[in-house]
Amino acid sequence: MTQEPRMVLVRQNILKQNDVTARQLRERFREAGVFVVSLVSSPGAGKTALLERTLTRLGGTHSVAALVGDLATDNDAVRLARSNAPVRQITTGTTCHLEAAMVETALAGWDLGRLDYLFIENVGNLVCPASYDLGENLRLVILSVTEGEDKPLKYPTIFNSADVAVVTKIDLAAAVEFDYHAAERNVHAVRPGMPILSVSSKTDAGMDDYLEFLAARLAEARMAARP
Amino acid sequence: MHELSIAMSIVDIATEEAARLGGRVSAVHLRLGALVGLVPECLLTSFEMASQDSPIAGSRLVIEEMPVMAFCPQCGGERRIASIQALCCSECGSPTPQVSQGRELELVGLEIES
Repeated sequence: MTQEPRMVLVRQNILKQNDVTARQLRERFREAGVFVVSLVSSPGAGKTALLERTLTRLGGTHSVAALVGDLATDNDAVRLARSNAPVRQITTGTTCHLEAAMVETALAGWDLGRLDYLFIENVGNLVCPASYDLGENLRLVILSVTEGEDKPLKYPTIFNSADVAVVTKIDLAAAVEFDYHAAERNVHAVRPGMPILSVSSKTDAGMDDYLEFLAARLAEARMAARP
Repeated sequence: MHELSIAMSIVDIATEEAARLGGRVSAVHLRLGALVGLVPECLLTSFEMASQDSPIAGSRLVIEEMPVMAFCPQCGGERRIASIQALCCSECGSPTPQVSQGRELELVGLEIES
């Protein structure tokens, strides 16, 4: 006689392994006093250009380093190395996002205690990176003016997972008739209250405010980490 | 876009649990939040592929979709949000940044035939 199937409760988070590793990373970052910023955007939105400017500008006064994720090629790492900051490439193969374990592996041998900022550039993708915690303090989502104001509405999950939005390529805003207020409305529709910054990595417009924002967050994190 | 790798994790966890519990798994129950960004149809197809040659081959994936709920400061309680394109209270329209439900990606339980 076959019995009715019985239901057994398991209650296990599918991404538990990633979450556990991310938690360990976050604790390591906190102990080391390094502020970790991850960057997510669609391909071509200007992550690498922004990071290049960020590393160059911060490099004079702070200790900075970066990890860059890409499906293939180390072009971005080569580009970023021009800033003289330590840069490591994470080549993901066909994986569409970074996972905490990849970050952990890529950090091997680095003395995190000497760093002020660590930047992690995710694979250009507005879908998959949303679910994967990397242990970062701040997730920065980039929206370039050439992409259109409705990107947040098309990719609400990633915008909702972010802590700050940065509008890039603002030197092109007039040429593409970018409507800043519409973009702001859309960002806030999917993530109410999220701070929005605007920059041009080419002309440096907005970079001071953006770097001040990062500095304030670094200071806050260090204050909070004090025993 | 990464539904297959998620499906493989589901199969792994279910297989582990099944080995521990004993018996044949006939269904895997999953809770999926609307903010996770996974497409249920894709996940079902991926699960079939991922489970094919595994010890839980032939089992069904049952997905319970969890709508996004958030605390509405205006109403002073948990409310459904209007949509994931508009994170505001479905009743009064106030912005609702404090999400309380909708990020679940959890294997809730297994149906086991002994």
